[in-house]
Amino acid sequence: MSAPEQLPEIDNGLLRFLTCGSVDDGKSTLIGRLLFDTKTILADTMNAIEKTSAKRGMTAVDLSLLTDGLQAEREQGITIDVAYRYFTTGRRKYIIADAPGHEQYTRNMVTAASTANLAIILIDARKGVLTQTRRHSYLASLVGIPHLLVAVNKMDLVDYDEATFERIKADYLAFAGQLGIKDVRFIPISALAGDMIVDRGERLPWYAGPTLLEILEAAPAAHTEQAEDFRFPVQFVCRPHDSANPELHDYRGFMGRVESGEIAIGDAVTVLPSGASSKVKAISLGSDQLERAIHEQSVTLLLEDEIDISRGDMIVKTVEAPSAIKQIDATVCWLSETPMSPARTYLVRHTTREAKAKIAKIDYRLDVNTLEQQPVTSLAMNDIARITLKLAQPIVADPYRANRATGAFIIIDESTNNTVGAGMIG
Amino acid sequence: MSTLTKQTLSHLDWLEAEAIHIMREVAGQCANPVLLFSGGKDSICMLRLAEKAFRPGRFPFPLMHIDTGHNYKEVTDFRDKRAAELGERLIVRSVEDSMARGTVVLKSADESRNKHQSVTLLEAIEEFGFDACIGGARRDEEKARAKERIMSFRDEFGQWDPKNQRPELWNLYNARSHKGENIRAFPISNWTELDVWQYIAREQLELPSIYFAHVRPVVRKNGLMQPVTDVTPAKPGDKVEDVLVRFRTVGDITCTAPVESDADTVEKILAETATTTITERGATRMDDQTSEASMEQRKKEGYF
Ligand SMILES: Nc1nc2c(ncn2[C@@H]2O[C@H](COP(=O)(O)OP(=O)(O)O)[C@@H](O)[C@H]2O)c(=O)[nH]1
Repeated sequence: MSAPEQLPEIDNGLLRFLTCGSVDDGKSTLIGRLLFDTKTILADTMNAIEKTSAKRGMTAVDLSLLTDGLQAEREQGITIDVAYRYFTTGRRKYIIADAPGHEQYTRNMVTAASTANLAIILIDARKGVLTQTRRHSYLASLVGIPHLLVAVNKMDLVDYDEATFERIKADYLAFAGQLGIKDVRFIPISALAGDMIVDRGERLPWYAGPTLLEILEAAPAAHTEQAEDFRFPVQFVCRPHDSANPELHDYRGFMGRVESGEIAIGDAVTVLPSGASSKVKAISLGSDQLERAIHEQSVTLLLEDEIDISRGDMIVKTVEAPSAIKQIDATVCWLSETPMSPARTYLVRHTTREAKAKIAKIDYRLDVNTLEQQPVTSLAMNDIARITLKLAQPIVADPYRANRATGAFIIIDESTNNTVGAGMIG
Repeated sequence: MSTLTKQTLSHLDWLEAEAIHIMREVAGQCANPVLLFSGGKDSICMLRLAEKAFRPGRFPFPLMHIDTGHNYKEVTDFRDKRAAELGERLIVRSVEDSMARGTVVLKSADESRNKHQSVTLLEAIEEFGFDACIGGARRDEEKARAKERIMSFRDEFGQWDPKNQRPELWNLYNARSHKGENIRAFPISNWTELDVWQYIAREQLELPSIYFAHVRPVVRKNGLMQPVTDVTPAKPGDKVEDVLVRFRTVGDITCTAPVESDADTVEKILAETATTTITERGATRMDDQTSEASMEQRKKEGYF
């Protein structure tokens, strides 16, 4: 083994992104290229791929084989779904969500997109903007991905022609405007040859922008740069009841993750849905005492007053309190092979709270290709629809557009305990 | 895309926060969970995460190890010591007991007991009525795990059915199960081997000694170094060599090989990990080499 080297310094956090494209647009090759050129693929894995490539009679190593597991599944018609891959550049760690691009995989893309902050939309330079491109872009914007990167792939097959790239860009912008997509960037690449991904290559001299990896390295890791309201769903209440230790005798720690915003010692807080108020006395993370906690931190809050709080409650800043609601209008994606049965009662899980729910009405189903609204009486797998739900118990929610964490919910079928739907409030 | 202005977490802080959140979800949603603790590096990280998630309270679950009887003594000693230091309950169930009961039958006396752990695990789940097992598996460990859920559903036979897994959206985990069924929860799914070592370094976690470079008698076979031990003695004709090695994973003796290394500190291991050229399993697992599909197969049979 080589001598110890200086460790890579990772200072720019973690970025989660997904890749979308139709079958054969080059998703697997692009992911393979990113892993390969960032030296994430280790020798034994490479050997296995080389062997398989040779067995299949290929002269070059087929990088798409790195994500082969999923392709085999696809062939068997198995309906799952998202594979996660990892690489690091020394500056940043990346999690790629890779969902198969088949027509019927709306639900997989929605699943992959739900945790991503950036989407790479692949377009085959020979084919240009397709129906699928529109669908993927629509779904990405529906799920609230703030940054889109349109990668025009297979530039080698169009002689690295600038005019082709510009035409595709113009076509894309024409419909992106209708979808309200704001932050979109374009890049010409060849995943196969490796042009403009990690290395610039020499075949795209007319493109002056950053490489694909440079764009990823600079993309904001936070989901939004706007200040968000503080939302802290309580996951677990810690009461050690340790009579031997007087300090712990009355200890009540409220454990959870800061889903949005931030909180500091002394801030006035309200507990919902009860409405009880107090002030933050202490914030801890393990044995560390913190002055404040920020978005995505898992911490324990201690309050000045003794109030009754349990899992499912939400702690918010008194000045930013949302209201509790028992009826929600939402866009849902149906995930289950068993269609939605409007007569049934489902379970909605929202933050750390569960509530029984009935379908009050289905406004319409949306054709994700044409955006046409269609009347329906039930929902099948991969359907996207506007519905209204009535809840047995109130939830404390924000519109999804304003707050991804408190605007999202899943629908559970209690008979199987399966997750059958995903919803976005507002 | 404008430049970053909002304060965000470093990648280790983010991974830690996610893992704590997942552990608390298991504790909040499941009636009777258990945390699998082997004494290996991943599960050592898991214990630190559990401390951060639940202290000053006690862990809302016991620890459990499924012992093949073929583990390194340094590791099982460490396991017992760590559990005692934390003051948490440790359950040990052994494959040898399953063999005595006749529920595990080896094909031959020297067959690896590793894959039979799943039988003993299922028996223990039934004995204690556990509805969730929290484990330290990572998605980057090998291909079949890349699509594994953070909350993975197992049926009454402990089987993982790839066709019957729940979609996981946002950080809304569904850990519900009916009686007899089981959830396997993986809080460090999104960690890589490098992340684990970085976390060990940052948190200054103590590890069993065999993770660090030491001289050990080995026999070189199929590109791996097979340790010479009571369980795996040298065969006639084997050339036994004393080599400076360390373990990247510590599992059952019969299927875990060390790598050649002079890294005797966490910092040196980290440096090696950042520049290594072979995957963790490829370098160390004698059972995985046969087939790429072997992990998938074992998972279906209830392996962790
Ligand atoms: N010429 C050329 N072929 C490519 C490029 N990217 C991918 N391909 C090929 O296109 C085919 C489909 O690619 P793959 O990555 O499997 O597509 P996926 O279905 O989107 O994952 C494979 O034969 C690739 O080798 C590219 O940039 N140029």
